[in-house]
Amino acid sequence: MTTDALMNGTVAGASRVVALEGPAGPRPKRITASRVGIYAFLIIMAIFFCIPLYVMLVTSFKSMPEVRQAHLFDLPHEWTIEPWIKAWSYACTGRDCTGLSPGFLNSWKVAIPSVIISIIIAQLNGYALSFWRYKGANIFFNLLLFGAFVPYQVLVYPIIMGMRGLPVVTDWIAGWFGLDFPQWQLFSTLPGIILVHTIFGMPILTLLYRNYYSSIPIEIFKAARIDGAGFWQIFFRVMLPLSIPITTVALILQVTGIWNDFLFALVFAGRDNIPMTLQLNNIVKTTFGTIEYDVNMAATILTALVPLAIYFISGKWFVRGIAAGAVKG
Amino acid sequence: MAEATATAATQISTHRPRTRPRMKVASVIATLPMIIIAFSVFFVAILFTIYWSFTSSGMFPGWTWVGLKQYNILWGTNNWQISVSNIFVFGAASLVINLVVGYVLAVFMDQNIKLESLFRSIFLYPFAMSLYVTGLAWQWILDPNLGFQNAMQNFGFTDFRFSPLSNPNQAMVGLILGGCWQGAGVTMAIMLAGIRGIDAEIWKAAKIDGIPTWRTYVSIVLPSMRGALATAIILQVTGIVRTFDLVISMTGGGPGIATWMPAMYVINAIQSKLNVGQGSAAATMMLAPIAVLLLIMAIFNWRKARLAGKNVTT
Repeated sequence: MTTDALMNGTVAGASRVVALEGPAGPRPKRITASRVGIYAFLIIMAIFFCIPLYVMLVTSFKSMPEVRQAHLFDLPHEWTIEPWIKAWSYACTGRDCTGLSPGFLNSWKVAIPSVIISIIIAQLNGYALSFWRYKGANIFFNLLLFGAFVPYQVLVYPIIMGMRGLPVVTDWIAGWFGLDFPQWQLFSTLPGIILVHTIFGMPILTLLYRNYYSSIPIEIFKAARIDGAGFWQIFFRVMLPLSIPITTVALILQVTGIWNDFLFALVFAGRDNIPMTLQLNNIVKTTFGTIEYDVNMAATILTALVPLAIYFISGKWFVRGIAAGAVKG
Repeated sequence: MAEATATAATQISTHRPRTRPRMKVASVIATLPMIIIAFSVFFVAILFTIYWSFTSSGMFPGWTWVGLKQYNILWGTNNWQISVSNIFVFGAASLVINLVVGYVLAVFMDQNIKLESLFRSIFLYPFAMSLYVTGLAWQWILDPNLGFQNAMQNFGFTDFRFSPLSNPNQAMVGLILGGCWQGAGVTMAIMLAGIRGIDAEIWKAAKIDGIPTWRTYVSIVLPSMRGALATAIILQVTGIVRTFDLVISMTGGGPGIATWMPAMYVINAIQSKLNVGQGSAAATMMLAPIAVLLLIMAIFNWRKARLAGKNVTT
């Protein structure tokens, strides 16, 4: 597409130079009323989409007296980063005044293991489902696909009960064999919330990897088989190196998904592992007298920063992740 | 396309020499987490929820069968009735607005726009933010005392009134606004991919027949991108049924109980009211729209498979 070349100035400049040498490059367009209309519409929509971010940003740099003047769209008269400092390090949630910073750490504590585990599992699933389909494998795959559509609220309570029941079961087994097991407490613990994210990341990621591996020519697999490679050897030597692009998509999808999660954190995280989104909720919903909009807005932007950074850095990969996650193959 | 590769894979697999049983064992072992989770969570756990909805479970899950009693209580509860009507209003409005805005944006983006990637980034960035963050941002903009309404009044429009979140009858408008702001960009991206995927010959044919551009977009392009439409709709519907974070952060269900949603009812029943039976009954009801959606998809796939089968034989 020629428009792709036009997207950044340097390339557009280069194409103009080429145009001098011969009839190449895009044809100059006349400015018509409809062109103006198209741009006007797009720019108005773009402004609408930017408003919330803009308003949050300017509010977060204002002091409270200025916020109360209700000039929502004005730039701050006196810029202050105090709300940001407060939001990060000493905004209060109930009795604790720690700000968002512990939530930031907790979010990574939850996200990193969940992402790694769920990607490994999904890779193996996709690989097995594409090349080593055993009898009944598709039943489980279809169950997973079904799981991608089920509202989370349907599963929350049974999972709570499962987690509560696990220590009872392990104790019983331990007693039976006369062993001394450690308590397998999952509910409201870090392993528990990691497990939940792993479970709910599995459907989409498995679908992602299965579709990706299915698109790899079967000849590659057959060649490896003829060379005598087995299940694991093909996986580690052939498939893993091939799956770097799709793993990038999976990483983006999972990290943003887990970072933005609120429901599971609310139910499963427990007091010691409150991730950033939930911490934000606790700060915003804690009010002593007046609501500190400036601090709240700074906290909101801080929470959104990681997924936004991922989005702006990853660009087209992000879009691909959404499309791949949504399309049922 | 994915369909094609999937069928190709199955065809090949029938011709594939039988793999040694030992290898199959490795495959089963590798997918053990999937087997366990698919079975225990996405099958057994759902059955438990459905079963508990027919029991007298209170604070703890019980096993006493009470038939439809929980459902009678549920449908007699004001909060649930409001939740259900809210989800229909919210769902229908945001689905329609999302699809229309998404498609219109995609069409405009398809006009050889300069800076296309910049526009795309702007329309899509809300999706990177969580619904919780979206809710907070819009709550602040729609604040009746310090938000948009007052800013407009300060500009000189002293009669300007727009503070939906403080009015029980209009609070849904605020939620729909926030939800669409967050999701319209994704719909746009999916639709744009659909438009770009359409055969250029169709455009030429339409040009030759002298069909105006807008008409081509509405009557020819739109019907021929069913895949993109289905994707966008499925993504939206599954999101709508789950609506929870947005409501919690934007209205907290208020004013009063004006913006309660089924997802909120379930979590409230489980966490605050400690009423497992009610929570399970409400959760089971939430499965209904998903079941309908899956049924439609199954019929759709079945028809497509049948048509594909006919093509092969002829």
